[in-house]
Amino acid sequence: MGKLKGLTSSSLFLPLVALAALLLFNIIFVDGFLHIEMTEDGMLYGRLIDILNRSSSLIILSLGMTFVIATSGIDISVGAVVAISSAVVCTLIGGRSDGAAETPMVLAMLAAVGAGVLCGAWNGILVAKFKIQAVVATLILMTAGRGVAQLMTSGQIITVYYKPFSYIGGSIPGNVLPTTIFIVVAMVLLVAFLMKKTSIGLFVQSVGINPTASRFAGINVTMVIFLVYAFSGLCAGVSGLIESSLIRAADANNAGLNMEMDAILAVALGGTLLSGGKFYIGGSVIGAITIQTLTTTMYAIGIASDQLPVIKAIAVIILCLIQSKRFQAMFNEWKNRRNSHKDLSMAEKAVDKV
Amino acid sequence: MENVLLEMRQINKIFPGVRALSKIDFTLRNGEIHSLMGENGAGKSTLVKVLTGVYQRDGGAIKLEGKEISPHTPKEAQECGISTVYQEVNLCLNLTVAENIFIGREPKKHGFIDWKLINMRAEELLKKLNVDIDVTKTLDHYSVAIQQMIAIARAVDVSAKILILDEPTSSLDEQETQRLFKIIRQLKKQGMGIIFISHFLEQIYDLCDRVTVLRNGELVGTYDVAALPKVELIARMVGKDLSDVKDFGKKEEKSIPSEDVFLEADHIGCTGLLMNMDVKIHKGEVMGFAGLLGSGRTETAELLFGIYSITKGQILINGKKLNIKEPMAAMRKKIAFCPENRKLQGIIGDLSVRENIILAMQAKDGMFCHIPYKEQVRLADESIKLLNIKVSSREQLMKNLSGGNQQKVIIARWLVTNPDLLILDEPTRGIDVGTKNEIQKMAIHLAKEKGMAIVFISGEMDEMVRTCTKLVVLRDRKKVAEIENDDISSENVMRAIAGGDA
Repeated sequence: MGKLKGLTSSSLFLPLVALAALLLFNIIFVDGFLHIEMTEDGMLYGRLIDILNRSSSLIILSLGMTFVIATSGIDISVGAVVAISSAVVCTLIGGRSDGAAETPMVLAMLAAVGAGVLCGAWNGILVAKFKIQAVVATLILMTAGRGVAQLMTSGQIITVYYKPFSYIGGSIPGNVLPTTIFIVVAMVLLVAFLMKKTSIGLFVQSVGINPTASRFAGINVTMVIFLVYAFSGLCAGVSGLIESSLIRAADANNAGLNMEMDAILAVALGGTLLSGGKFYIGGSVIGAITIQTLTTTMYAIGIASDQLPVIKAIAVIILCLIQSKRFQAMFNEWKNRRNSHKDLSMAEKAVDKV
Repeated sequence: MENVLLEMRQINKIFPGVRALSKIDFTLRNGEIHSLMGENGAGKSTLVKVLTGVYQRDGGAIKLEGKEISPHTPKEAQECGISTVYQEVNLCLNLTVAENIFIGREPKKHGFIDWKLINMRAEELLKKLNVDIDVTKTLDHYSVAIQQMIAIARAVDVSAKILILDEPTSSLDEQETQRLFKIIRQLKKQGMGIIFISHFLEQIYDLCDRVTVLRNGELVGTYDVAALPKVELIARMVGKDLSDVKDFGKKEEKSIPSEDVFLEADHIGCTGLLMNMDVKIHKGEVMGFAGLLGSGRTETAELLFGIYSITKGQILINGKKLNIKEPMAAMRKKIAFCPENRKLQGIIGDLSVRENIILAMQAKDGMFCHIPYKEQVRLADESIKLLNIKVSSREQLMKNLSGGNQQKVIIARWLVTNPDLLILDEPTRGIDVGTKNEIQKMAIHLAKEKGMAIVFISGEMDEMVRTCTKLVVLRDRKKVAEIENDDISSENVMRAIAGGDA
């Protein structure tokens, strides 16, 4: 009993329940949901793996977003930064039809992630140093970022024919799992390491809860805020690699479109409050997977893509309600009232019998 | 009993793991000033919050004028006629004075807010309290004392039957307090029932008719103030024998400062904050900064700790000139600072006691030198024991602690960094007599045993006289006098503040 209580009061409980409910729905209504098979070229294939693969860039974005939101900030530029990162990597590798790379791929990838960090640092300076409100500060890059990406690609969609580039979003020959899963695991491990072995988590929470008191305790608040935006930029840079590799092209207009909203939603579903303070990395990861599962489910049961947002909105409302403390209290009250009502009528019946 | 205004019977309130109130009875008559007394965490604030609908009671009944009420929100309580002014001023700094007074109940004309009327009525209202200020200016233009008056004006204007004042005088000086008392007595004459919570015994005896004493969430009793000697009141509050209590006021042997100067502030100042301050702080010295609110005492401390940078003069530490531009620079030189405004500048409410304690040390060590969990536990447990902090566990959230215990945690946060100079700005504000005494004794003890230099800042003259061996008196953002050893007495300090023979 005590164990069960510990489980339900854990911060990850509700996000997990939401995800489990979705998975259960899938298992019942979607044929072969759990089915995983080996394709001819030695790859594992199945809906579960597909979900993990497709949610990878969202998971990575929401890692960065979690820290930003924990400082009571927000970063709405990550979608545009994904586009910039895509543009950088594709432009550097180049669209030569003979399949050769103009720049070594590793360098191109580093440059793309570096561009992401730079964008994040720009946001960080605006928010931390110049104290511009986070929404406004990151709005600048959100709107301008795609323009920057367009400039890099000269307004064209650059298609990359260099084969190894497709390994990022696909899989490295000889590997049974998509590369994205390894990238996600690496990023999550990196964050887990930072949380365990450094005090970044403590400082971020402290700044999110009470920046003034944090400063009085000697924390360099400006630096902490700067770092979280820079890290969010880094995550967006990595996501950009995945997104562009998936389509083997840089599409400045559509790469990472609206992903910032999904990332924020993932963080919220994971139980981190948008007002900042306590944050839950695990929750955000689960939130991101939940969102992708939802999308995949909708496609699987045959909902047209133009109706998808409506269904998604309804599901999100339900998920958010389940997690709302106020709603839980109302629900419990309603249940108690019903129970006491039942007890009463049963008692009356008993009296009648006598 | 005749003309009973409010009756609270058998009130219970349970928080997770804590029984905050247990079977409390409380009766308030018409035209009575009734004080609630008790140590930190005795349940005064909780009882008030149950009455005002901030918390829901878990048992018992509240009757107002014979009718049972159960306010669910402060607004509902207000509609019943119960108005409150809380310990920490709950007003919006970015709104104007008039807006603050009428927020949530703005008079309207043709469906729009009638600004003219609001400003006019606000002005009238404050005039009645002898406060003559521009009501169209935002609140942050005014001192905490004026803000307190505005909060009271607001509460009174909501045509209250019951006015609750939770530590209203903790940030007021003597004159302002008397002005406030005049208003309170005036309200009493109109038949209003007033619940007055304060840690100042003199004020209770000066103002109140009856007193209800709580201890550890339980009712000790209700007494007529005139028939209850002070010592006995204290004894009831702390639940100790009279003989123990008699030692309460007794002086601890003061610390004797050493010859070594730790910090020298050489004619420092900062535009808009401090004009001129000149002070030498020795090792093992307990020094006081005395003066009225806004005299520059807090500002000096903030300059020494690097919250702001000095624009003139220089600071020398151990004889070496130093540029203190941020708190970390001061911390590296082993300076620690417990700020005045606990809620805003001190606590990180949603973090645990353990995390709050190690925060400054961790900041000093840097982000990448994480203090191992075991070490954190050890530091936290040691501090909790050393300072006698009352917590249910070291993982309890800071915001759920009472004011005095929060203050102790902040002090613990700095003690674990092992400072050479500890600046305590109003460390005893809003704290009960027992804890106050503990903190004063601790200050002297640290100076004596560890040779720490202590700067003690307080608005309470008694406290300063009892603990300090040297007092620097400030007025109008300048140092005006220095009083040492045997010359330290309330009278001398008052005279210096008032500007007699400085």
